[in-house]
Amino acid sequence: MEQDWIWGLIGGLLIGTGGAVYLLFNGRIMGASGIIGGLIDGSAGNTKWERIVFLAGVVLMPVILQPLYHEVDPHISENLVVLVIAGLLVGAGTRLANGCTSGHGVCGMSRLSVRGFAATLTYIFAGGVGVLVFRHLLGVI
Amino acid sequence: MARLLFALIAGGLFGSGLFISGMTDTTKVQGWLDVFGAWDPTLAFVMGGAMIPMAIAWLVAARLRNSALGTPLPPKSSTTIDRKLILGSLLFGIGWGLAGLCPGPAIASLSFGGPGLWIFVAAMLTGMAVAPFLRTRLDKPVAAE
Repeated sequence: MEQDWIWGLIGGLLIGTGGAVYLLFNGRIMGASGIIGGLIDGSAGNTKWERIVFLAGVVLMPVILQPLYHEVDPHISENLVVLVIAGLLVGAGTRLANGCTSGHGVCGMSRLSVRGFAATLTYIFAGGVGVLVFRHLLGVI
Repeated sequence: MARLLFALIAGGLFGSGLFISGMTDTTKVQGWLDVFGAWDPTLAFVMGGAMIPMAIAWLVAARLRNSALGTPLPPKSSTTIDRKLILGSLLFGIGWGLAGLCPGPAIASLSFGGPGLWIFVAAMLTGMAVAPFLRTRLDKPVAAE
């Protein structure tokens, strides 16, 4: 649709405002993989509840907004093997790199972090090659 | 309590933004990565839009000693580009392209993603649990054969 970019921009401003609140009030970097991963590998320490409540907000707001939309379809792959392999790669990869699209992308690049730029260029490159190979050459997605 | 309240507000803004921007739709994410197909530029607008308030927040933070609630602010960003950063980002990117999901949108889609999404999230959490062991291996110097 033609207005997709406008909603992208508005959504982006909301995401960035969320990151700004988390930084200026909680003193923390809003990185989804770090917030989730810290709860998984036990490195969260005394920020455990802060993380859980943050994630509750992430889950709940789409529930509240859904009735405003005619159709909400995330178009999740029906290929179980693809889902499991992709999930393992995303989970292990973001924790090894210590960040994902929100941490390295939004929060890292906006403070001109070298690591943020290096990570973002790398995962966009790998994702582009991935879609090229898996969609256009192998036809699995 | 104030920390929890602002964490909830931040998470709510993040979840709303991911949902409204269309980033919880895997076809839009894969469309952005599909340079050789029907390329979709939406993600660039989301990323650009998100960086505006975030850049302002970093400028404000640079003038502060602590956060508004008195917690310490993050240290200066590291400039070390190591194997973990590049290899991890490569693995993440391949998975991102395969499923069209990264950690934030995967969590934001929990209420409407259905069983397929839950399987992805379960695998993602498993990957996150395994990562510390991979990290230790990558930290070891490469042994000379």
